[in-house]
Amino acid sequence: MYVTDPKDPETLVRKARLSTLARAPADRLCALWAAYQPTPPAHDTLRAPEVGTVMVRGRAGAVGAPFNLGEVTVTRCSVRLASGAVGHGHVQGRSRDAARAVALIDALCQDGQGAAIDAAILAPLKAEAEAHRNARAARAAATKVEFFTMVRGD
Amino acid sequence: MYVAVKGGERAIDNAHAWLAEDRRGDLGVAELSIAQIREQLALAVGRVMAEGSLYDPDLAALAIKQARGDLIEAVFLIRAYRTTLPRFGASHPVDTAAMACDRRISATFKDLPGGQILGPTFDYTHRLLDFTLAAEGLAPPAPPMAPPAEGDLPHVTGFLAREDLIQSNPDGPDTPRDLTREPLDFPADRPLRLQALARGDEGFVLSMAYSTQRGYGKNHPFVGELRIGSVPVEMDIPELGFAIELGEMVLTECETVNQFTGSKTEPPQFTRGYGLVFGQSERKAISMALVDRALRWEELGEDNEGAPAQDVEFVLYHADNVQATGFLEHIKLPHYVDFQSELELIRRLRAEAMQATRQEAAE
Repeated sequence: MYVTDPKDPETLVRKARLSTLARAPADRLCALWAAYQPTPPAHDTLRAPEVGTVMVRGRAGAVGAPFNLGEVTVTRCSVRLASGAVGHGHVQGRSRDAARAVALIDALCQDGQGAAIDAAILAPLKAEAEAHRNARAARAAATKVEFFTMVRGD
Repeated sequence: MYVAVKGGERAIDNAHAWLAEDRRGDLGVAELSIAQIREQLALAVGRVMAEGSLYDPDLAALAIKQARGDLIEAVFLIRAYRTTLPRFGASHPVDTAAMACDRRISATFKDLPGGQILGPTFDYTHRLLDFTLAAEGLAPPAPPMAPPAEGDLPHVTGFLAREDLIQSNPDGPDTPRDLTREPLDFPADRPLRLQALARGDEGFVLSMAYSTQRGYGKNHPFVGELRIGSVPVEMDIPELGFAIELGEMVLTECETVNQFTGSKTEPPQFTRGYGLVFGQSERKAISMALVDRALRWEELGEDNEGAPAQDVEFVLYHADNVQATGFLEHIKLPHYVDFQSELELIRRLRAEAMQATRQEAAE
């Protein structure tokens, strides 16, 4: 169905990058983007930031037939830079600014700025997401039950 | 004859102005922010997202504020907002086996791999009011931490499935029916029932589940596993040509393991009920799993006891609190003309009856 090879290394990098950006807190993402590029690069808006939903599916019994669980808000945007590079942004939630920022970041990464953007924006976002995840996992681990067996004294 | 009446515009405007003032309450008390509701009333936010069928904690918090804490009114606001949004597509089914679990317990296996993780639970609290929360509180001390185990937590039912002791979950169509896009129609397959239950009223689904426990369609459930945590949501993006993670969400999942002695069509084995809900709500997830299991009587070749929880039309037609509220509350709106005709009818019947009584007495 798709022309893109899903196992292509460049595709994997782009997929991981867009996944991190989509899940990032909008305020934090916009702040890092503004710090990296105080004035956004000149671009055409192919699709203005648009708020919509995605229907989230689950599976009956976690492994069986898919069913519709409910929707989630998503905002998307597409841009083209003067160089011709096209970027597509998707973010969870309703931040139009974040969606445009992700589209521009995606386009700049096609334009050879990938390494600089990874260092300036992706690295801190990934580190913060991981710290958040680890903090919850560590609290959860502390609530793990240690059973002990009562020995009957005969 | 239908007589339309107009009027009341000024009264309605004034009523809404007063509503806004009352919503704000005493000006001497600080106003609630959306962030405060989102962070500190997280379970209410979860319920509004689940029953509103839209995962967006900020919007749910706004709806709760606007509805003055009336959660069904908040669900209504979310449902109404949702209809204004375009839908970009559907996600891949979420992989709950890969959930980053805050909580994961099993009532069937004590020593399951990964262990029993209690998480931030109300269980084992003494339900004594905590007056320190009413005082100007300092931040609570950070809870203890421990090194987490590596890897995903396997589903408990997987262990039973390996021995073939539990019924497998049959696969279904890749595109499930969607009751937000087509009217509810029967027969309703399991995916459609699960969608209706996931967005159904928590109180209604709880009562239906409770009725099965008390004997109306008993299905002997054990909580095989209950897990709460966050999962990524992945979707194919056509313009990219591959799938990306669009976000992540907190879900509560319950799998029940139910006794089953076999039937004409099925060998003796355990069977399953399933609950999956937005947010942290194990009451709803367990209830959903019990009702899901009760509604499966036909495919499992069980007897129809005529229990309410076995009646798919009864359950699905009455689970939605926005529909129910709409129909229930419409009767408070003007019915002057309807009532006028009823009034005339009663007067006439009454006059006739009195006349007949008088005649009888005279004879």
